[in-house]
Amino acid sequence: MTPPPMMPLLAFQDVAKSFTLHLRGGAVLPVIAGATLAVHPGECVVLGGASGAGKSSLLKMAYGNYRCATGAIRVRDGDRTIDLAAAAPREILRLRRTTLAYVSQFLRVIPRVGARAVVEAAGIEGGLEPEVAHARAGDLLARLNLPERLWALPPATFSGGEQQRVNIARGLIADRPILLLDEPTASLDARNRAVVVDLIAEKRAAGAGILGIFHDADVREAVATRIVDVAAFRGAMAA
Amino acid sequence: MSEFPTTEPLLTVSGLTKRYGRRLACDRIDVSLDPGEVLAVVGESGSGKSTLLSLIAGEVAADAGCVSYRMRDGATRDLAALSEAERRALMRTDWGFVRQDATQGLRMAVSAGGNVGERLMGIGDRHYGRIRATALDWLARVEIAPDRVDDPPTRFSGGMRQRLQIARNLVTSPRLVLMDEPTSGLDVSVQARLLDMIRGLVAELGLAVIIVTHDLAVARLLSHRVLVMRGGRVIETGLTDQVLDDPQAAYTQLLVSSVLAA
Amino acid sequence: MNAQATNPDITVSAGSGYNFAYLDEGTKRMIRRAILKAIAIPGYQVPFAAREMPMPYGWGTGGVQVTAAILGASDVLKVIDQGADDTTNAVSIRRFFTATAGIATTTRTAEASVIQTRHRIPEAPLSEGQVLVYQVPIPEPLRFLEPRETETRQLHALAEYGLMHVKLYEDIARHGHIATTYAYPVEVAGRYVMDPSPTPKFDNPKMDDCPALQLFGAGREKRIYAIPPYTRVRSLDFEDHPFRVQSFERPCALCGARAIYLDEVVLDDAGGRMFVCSDTDHCETRRADGHTGEAA
Repeated sequence: MTPPPMMPLLAFQDVAKSFTLHLRGGAVLPVIAGATLAVHPGECVVLGGASGAGKSSLLKMAYGNYRCATGAIRVRDGDRTIDLAAAAPREILRLRRTTLAYVSQFLRVIPRVGARAVVEAAGIEGGLEPEVAHARAGDLLARLNLPERLWALPPATFSGGEQQRVNIARGLIADRPILLLDEPTASLDARNRAVVVDLIAEKRAAGAGILGIFHDADVREAVATRIVDVAAFRGAMAA
Repeated sequence: MSEFPTTEPLLTVSGLTKRYGRRLACDRIDVSLDPGEVLAVVGESGSGKSTLLSLIAGEVAADAGCVSYRMRDGATRDLAALSEAERRALMRTDWGFVRQDATQGLRMAVSAGGNVGERLMGIGDRHYGRIRATALDWLARVEIAPDRVDDPPTRFSGGMRQRLQIARNLVTSPRLVLMDEPTSGLDVSVQARLLDMIRGLVAELGLAVIIVTHDLAVARLLSHRVLVMRGGRVIETGLTDQVLDDPQAAYTQLLVSSVLAA
Repeated sequence: MNAQATNPDITVSAGSGYNFAYLDEGTKRMIRRAILKAIAIPGYQVPFAAREMPMPYGWGTGGVQVTAAILGASDVLKVIDQGADDTTNAVSIRRFFTATAGIATTTRTAEASVIQTRHRIPEAPLSEGQVLVYQVPIPEPLRFLEPRETETRQLHALAEYGLMHVKLYEDIARHGHIATTYAYPVEVAGRYVMDPSPTPKFDNPKMDDCPALQLFGAGREKRIYAIPPYTRVRSLDFEDHPFRVQSFERPCALCGARAIYLDEVVLDDAGGRMFVCSDTDHCETRRADGHTGEAA
């Protein structure tokens, strides 16, 4: 298959990752080896493979949350690329503000702040004007069917599904070109899963590149432009 | 970062060393801090993290090493080469220091308004009405009711005392704030409120912060980068979530695994 | 302050068995060196090796040592306590120097060459050549807020006097105005902040540009400080709460004097009271000149 003509937004090149468990006598737990993949604008690349195959680890490396032992993870930053595996902390933080969005399964926010304010703050941090962030936060929460009476309340008291919707809104509010989605629909009902599918389609249409994990087969079918089986990267590890 | 030199660091610590007898409290510590950056120094009691803070603040003399700071005029100065008058002027204008023990960071016999106003009077403000208005404004920002302005901190709860310390330090718009375990000893709910407030102010004012804490949750919530210390040495350093979620050093792994879901 | 004090012929006071003015000459020289340094650095607290005096602390041991060190045989001494020449403290100190130095004493401000005082500055203007010696209990103006001596010294050295204003701020916050009425802090010669001893702030303006030499002695705290003649002495304040002296509604009941410092005298158990000059010499002089008040 000929590669798309555009420069990828995100490219793993021969990436390997293992955990050294010092508390277990230095046991080395290999996770990934020889991982090479690229995400181009408009693409939604879905990571496939069994649980424990290293899908989440790949996403976390793409966000700079996990370190990368060998190889390179190149992120397009305007007309340059930056290797996350070698970038300084400050650089990674900057990329998270401008380029990389990450939606995990779990919402981790500080207490006391209301749901809408949480989403809004993420928008402002991502470079939106406060008024734009405010309006967009409301739109997103409405589209995700979060009852308006909850908007002013801190999400800590919400149900799992409600928290996840706040989390999605938070991850998608700003216009970052790379979206990393780790099972964002895991605890959503069919109606809200459909909303997330639409949101992802809109992001793709706007030129974003998406790398995600979706366990739900329907959602995966609906959003994936390509599925990459992570098991292949474990094969390379044995070689 | 080396790809494109952005701003010069605000604070640069190099080779900072302090010995107490035969014990090395700090062993050749290197740190740099950019404007607006929050660095957490974590470790257990006796790791040298509080000594590091005292060394940076110049309250304890280092045996070796250097702390340099980019002053408001843009010139980077070796803090050890400042005169005592310059050092103290820097400390009460461009730096803040929030202490673990509020009685060390506040004047307990002086009203809340006087505590906040002291730095203003220290830099020569001689207008009572203006000083008081500024103090009231800052008390409001740290959520202390205006009718408490004339109460001494002896009548404040632990959480309020810490908030008052923060107001007292921030009133001169410092660019660097040192914090030594600002939330320890407080109830969990009070801690959360204080952390939320610190986080908000730090972001709003673009403060550079070095926060010493044994609480990894505090580090995760507030800091961009983390420095793990043990026995006076830096064990591991990096992006906060990276160090906490993917710790490399044996000691960091132990530290991370010893806490309940940080 | 007359030079004869060092003349060996008169260093032993007639018949008392004590050295002239009680202290030995070596001690006096030590104290004079401290005084000279204090004059050279107006408002700066000079430590000195205060001696035990034959009176308890709080009775003016600091002032007595300063007076003893500067007295000469031809000096005329006046001693006041709260403005009065006839209180126990004033009488005792006057007797002490009469006995140990054999010098002349007076109650007349204008006639005195050395005036030792506790808590007042005489109403009559002082003149060149006169020395006013203050008895000081606590010389450190910053002590109220800063208990550490090492820190207060540092603050003086660096002229960091924001703390002094914190005290005044507290006054206004609590009372709506600067309620400090005595020991009101002053800045001397544009540099050191000084505690004028527990004189009423009413007397503060008299310290400014005063023709007389002002010396301060703290015996327990072992400090001497000074205001040389014609030195700028400014009372600290805020722009919107400027320094003001107390004013009294009524004149002195005995001599009719106005714009002077009055003491309240309780006359009976029925709430009867009157206000009279705190400075007894000032009052007597005026009455001798024919002035009268409503009670006279």
